[in-house]
Amino acid sequence: MKFDTPATTNPIDHLKVVGHPHDRIDGPLKTTGTAPYAYERHDVVAEPAYGYVLGAAIAKGRIARLDTSAAERAPGVIAVVTADNAGKLGKGNFNTARLLGGPEVEHYHQAIALVVAESFEQARSASTLVKVDYKAEPGVFDLRAARGSASPPEETAISGPPDTSVGSFASAFTEAPVTLDETYTTPDHSHAMMEPHATLAAWEGDALTVWTSNQMIAWATGDLAATLGIDRSKVRVVSPYIGGGFGGKLFLRADVLLAALGAKAAGRPVKVALQRPLIPNNTTHRPATIQRIRIGAERDGTITAIGHESWSGDLPGGGPETAVGQTRLLYAGANRMTAMRLAVLNLPEGNAMRAPGEAPGLMALEIAMDEMAEKLGMDPVEFRVRNDTQVDPEHPQRPFSSRPFVECLRLGAERFGWSRRDPRPARVREGNWLVGMGMAAAFRNNLLMKSGARVRLAGDGSLTVETDMTDIGTGSYTIIAQTAAEMTGLPIEKIAVHLGDSDYPVSAGSGGQFGANNATSGVFAACAKLREEVARRLGFNSEEAEFAGGQVRVGNRSVPIGEAAGEGEIVAEDAIEYGDLDKTYQQSTFGAHFVEAAVDVATGEARIRRMLAVCAAGRIINPKSARSQVIGAMTMGAGAALMEELAVDTRRGFFVNHDLAGYEVPVHADIPHQEVIFLDETDPISSPMKAKGVGELGICGVGAAVANALYNATGVRVRDYPITLDKYLDRLPDVA
Amino acid sequence: MTPFTFERAASPAQAAAAAAATPGAKFIAGGTNLLDLMKLQIETPTHLIDVNGLALDTIEPTQEGGLRIGALVSNTELASDARVRRDYALLSRALLAGASGQLRNKATTAGNLLQRTRCPYFYDTNQACNKRSPGSGCSAIEGFTRQLAVIGASDACIATHPSDMAVALRALDAEVETIHADGSGRRIPIAEFHRLPGDTPHVETVLEPGELITAVILPKPVGGRHVYRKVRDRASYAFALVSVGAIVQEDGSGRVALGGVAHKPWRVEEAEIELPRGARPTTERLLANARPTRDNAFKVTLVERTLGSILKQARG
Amino acid sequence: MQGQSHHDLSRRDLLAAGAATLAGSSAGSPANAAPASPGAAPASEARNEPSSAPTPGPVRMPVHLTVNGTTRDLEVDTRTTLLDALREHLSLTGTKKGCDHGQCGACTVIVDGVRINSCLTLAVMHEGAEVTTIEGLGTPGHMHEMQAAFVKHDGYQCGYCTPGQICSAVAVLEEIKAGIPSHVTQDLVSAPPLSEDELRERMSGNICRCGAYSNIVAAITEVAGSPA
Repeated sequence: MKFDTPATTNPIDHLKVVGHPHDRIDGPLKTTGTAPYAYERHDVVAEPAYGYVLGAAIAKGRIARLDTSAAERAPGVIAVVTADNAGKLGKGNFNTARLLGGPEVEHYHQAIALVVAESFEQARSASTLVKVDYKAEPGVFDLRAARGSASPPEETAISGPPDTSVGSFASAFTEAPVTLDETYTTPDHSHAMMEPHATLAAWEGDALTVWTSNQMIAWATGDLAATLGIDRSKVRVVSPYIGGGFGGKLFLRADVLLAALGAKAAGRPVKVALQRPLIPNNTTHRPATIQRIRIGAERDGTITAIGHESWSGDLPGGGPETAVGQTRLLYAGANRMTAMRLAVLNLPEGNAMRAPGEAPGLMALEIAMDEMAEKLGMDPVEFRVRNDTQVDPEHPQRPFSSRPFVECLRLGAERFGWSRRDPRPARVREGNWLVGMGMAAAFRNNLLMKSGARVRLAGDGSLTVETDMTDIGTGSYTIIAQTAAEMTGLPIEKIAVHLGDSDYPVSAGSGGQFGANNATSGVFAACAKLREEVARRLGFNSEEAEFAGGQVRVGNRSVPIGEAAGEGEIVAEDAIEYGDLDKTYQQSTFGAHFVEAAVDVATGEARIRRMLAVCAAGRIINPKSARSQVIGAMTMGAGAALMEELAVDTRRGFFVNHDLAGYEVPVHADIPHQEVIFLDETDPISSPMKAKGVGELGICGVGAAVANALYNATGVRVRDYPITLDKYLDRLPDVA
Repeated sequence: MTPFTFERAASPAQAAAAAAATPGAKFIAGGTNLLDLMKLQIETPTHLIDVNGLALDTIEPTQEGGLRIGALVSNTELASDARVRRDYALLSRALLAGASGQLRNKATTAGNLLQRTRCPYFYDTNQACNKRSPGSGCSAIEGFTRQLAVIGASDACIATHPSDMAVALRALDAEVETIHADGSGRRIPIAEFHRLPGDTPHVETVLEPGELITAVILPKPVGGRHVYRKVRDRASYAFALVSVGAIVQEDGSGRVALGGVAHKPWRVEEAEIELPRGARPTTERLLANARPTRDNAFKVTLVERTLGSILKQARG
Repeated sequence: MQGQSHHDLSRRDLLAAGAATLAGSSAGSPANAAPASPGAAPASEARNEPSSAPTPGPVRMPVHLTVNGTTRDLEVDTRTTLLDALREHLSLTGTKKGCDHGQCGACTVIVDGVRINSCLTLAVMHEGAEVTTIEGLGTPGHMHEMQAAFVKHDGYQCGYCTPGQICSAVAVLEEIKAGIPSHVTQDLVSAPPLSEDELRERMSGNICRCGAYSNIVAAITEVAGSPA
């Protein structure tokens, strides 16, 4: 189904199932521990061998000698896989560094060996017997020091050009009566999903099946085939349950490749889970940024010049953190510039983490906007309202498909009680607590991706949906069932949803908050085809047929839908494909975050007291799971604001705090009650579902809202994330 | 994790004797720290002596009016004991500030005392560490030191002791009761139990090979307001940046001990004379010889401000 | 040396009770197994340092557990954690391995009425213990009220921390009932209140990276408020 003109009325608009806060259909499995994750597939393989990964001990250099003989002799060991014996390996499209290092080492904890043994205990024990001598080489590990060496990155579809410019930024900024020129920094972040990257691999002849934990089945299939140098048709990737991803499981990672290689070497199925202390350095992370923001405005708050530059680093061949992306679109301003610069760093591979670009970009931009509002003596909400734009400010001929940004700001301010905020910082005190409020804009683009699905209607009126779409906690199972139920008129209990298998039609997958809208649109397309076939078989005019209550009806004639399938089944497959509506229109999602925070006047401990997000993201297919997406993203953003940082050892080139004790993410006690309000809107330009993504919008801007609340509480402005107490303690009031 | 044999000890004396007689033996009680380190090949015992069956899990009054806490009393049981909550609130508070509910249910009194540092370089076997591998050097001192010691460190080691409980015990003047392989016992004042790193950071306590902790003795209650403040980056389930445990009497006198600043719970009795004068003079003496790094210099300020807050709370 | 005669064990499955290969004994230490001594490595020349000693074979021991009301007789490598015994030997994979180091809480189970991290305890340390896992609380068709409340309040997303959260939640309500104080309990001498602050502190040993905390607290609050 080609979607190239805005949607008109369609069966989804009935909203009998779609739009309702249905409990997740996978809930009973997940809450009873019966949903099987990759490492747990006792049902598909009886006695796998166990693999244990050895990571490189240096950041850059070569392996001078790698002696596996002692490990091979160790009890229970079946095989030791290294680059020496793995055969010729390629590299997938989505990997920067190789997944199995040696003799060259490209980053710390790059996998250099897999020890396969009869038991996990034996594999782990034998891994300590692998003897490795390295010849370390000097590397570049410090973004600040490497900033001067950074150059414009290659333009890609996602990042856009490295530089953009409209009007004359330099002169407009110089002439502006009120200006801000500040630099902000964000650190490296780890996805820290709860399920480690894990894979069970089994060969049958030259055909490979991997049960793994991956967000993008088709990417993993292609990259695994490319890395192993085998035909894609020989690879099956299965990933029905995924214990969190956040971008960290977008790509083929070492667990998959090593399990496959280990299974081949061992001659039997092998399972591998990356050990937690390996994950931060072995896998990808969100790269650190240095961001300079300049804003010039008239005294009435009209922005006349806005400039955003960002520096980040990655391994040779890697890409930038696209932290200036939102600044190209979010606020008006006649004169503007953005620039991205990329330095070569020999730290582990940087890549996408929840809302890549916007998450760190808004952490900086939305502090800058707060600072600018203060300089102007304006309310931060009003300052943003003043600079709203309904068109792409770099390409004014492109309108937004819908942009109720001001509505988000106004509704949020009203519901949060923003008018009670004292704009003068450090004025509100409750006992030992300094209390403040802050807000920020949320913004994230809506991405359109081709997405396919297959539906099977059985004679008993049950329907099975098959697509390689994944559910990484996002609610895909449920919203796909809701979509299929709405389209076929079947009760949701009659819908079975099968996901995450490369044998199924290729979907958008889970990433970039594009999953829900595109995958359900793909199911919409398949169901539309099914409706035609059902109508044809029942002798109905498909234009007139109504599908409701398990029946197909035209006029007075009504037939149970299952009758169309008879003794067999009706199979319909289609994909949603998009025209150029995302070029004609800028498609984005919008929101506003409001936060109340308190800081202990003596110790500087910060606590978030209240959080509210107002979101505009088109039709909300399931308000319950969508709300969960938003509160989860707000929680991750709170972590980014207050505690999350991969600490870089700039001498030895690695992330020091590489486990869940060292890399602190929010716990229950950090997170207060959170409120989410969705604006009631549809966006017919986005898709037949009239929905947009929402899974990343919630993290966009929330860190800055926390930062601005802390500033309002304390009067101390910190521009270096995370905002930990050591950065402002000495500027708090004297309490001695 | 190296293979190990495993036995369940029948009595404290038998356990101590077995440990002394068996090379590579270690006691295991809660196991929450030992197994963590064994999985990383940092601890490599070849024989484990499970002491959980020993009847060391009760809290009894002593003749001196204090409490004798069995070595195997869990952190949860100790923090919840009515006598501890009433008379040694500092200890309850310190325990409850540590770890998580699950870990406190398993962790024991003796094991808590014997926790090893959480220095990330100690935990990463690719990095040089004098504590893990004597003589290999310390990769932490010039590295990421935000969490590490500001006082009492040496050129060989900048690690901190991670226990909250031990800070409270230090302020309470507890004693550690042990038994040797020959059945003889001793009592070690908590002040002498943990060592500073010096040139031998791998030697963390004064325990001798095979020596088994059987109990911790609390002297009779000293009254006063008990306050334990643990300051950390997140609100729970995290190690301290610094912690301050204090007992403040009505006349303003008192005791104070610190966590997160040194290789052992940090207390300087002479500094306590300054308590009635306030946090600044007290901290100046408590941390008189502090040698913080650029990354952790804030801890000195943080101790003073936290103590200031405690004294204010105690007065109020 | 008894423990070294079992190098070739390939089965990790249930063995009949009585198949003990090594009785606990104080003399049972492999004589040739010295602790690994990595020796002095210069800071600039990092290496993955193996132990130079020959590797002793695994030591296996029987252990008898009651898991979710059923007696299970196992023979395990002494190194096997309770978590791996459940997941790999008993195929009870509802209990999750998130970090294997006591840093996340995904492996939380209830042993003899008390919640613990099953990753930081050995199976052989639990001879005769009663273990309740998420599978023992309820099934998809007959959910425990806490499981049902998590579904109703969407107290999970990816589902991986969820069994641990639920086991913790069930135990937390018992801990409050038993009067066990927490870090946020204001008055140590009285019984702790059942408040959202108390629940948040007590649940903090269970990390949810998806960030379902707000909904989890709502689910627990509902169960706590409902008549038993």
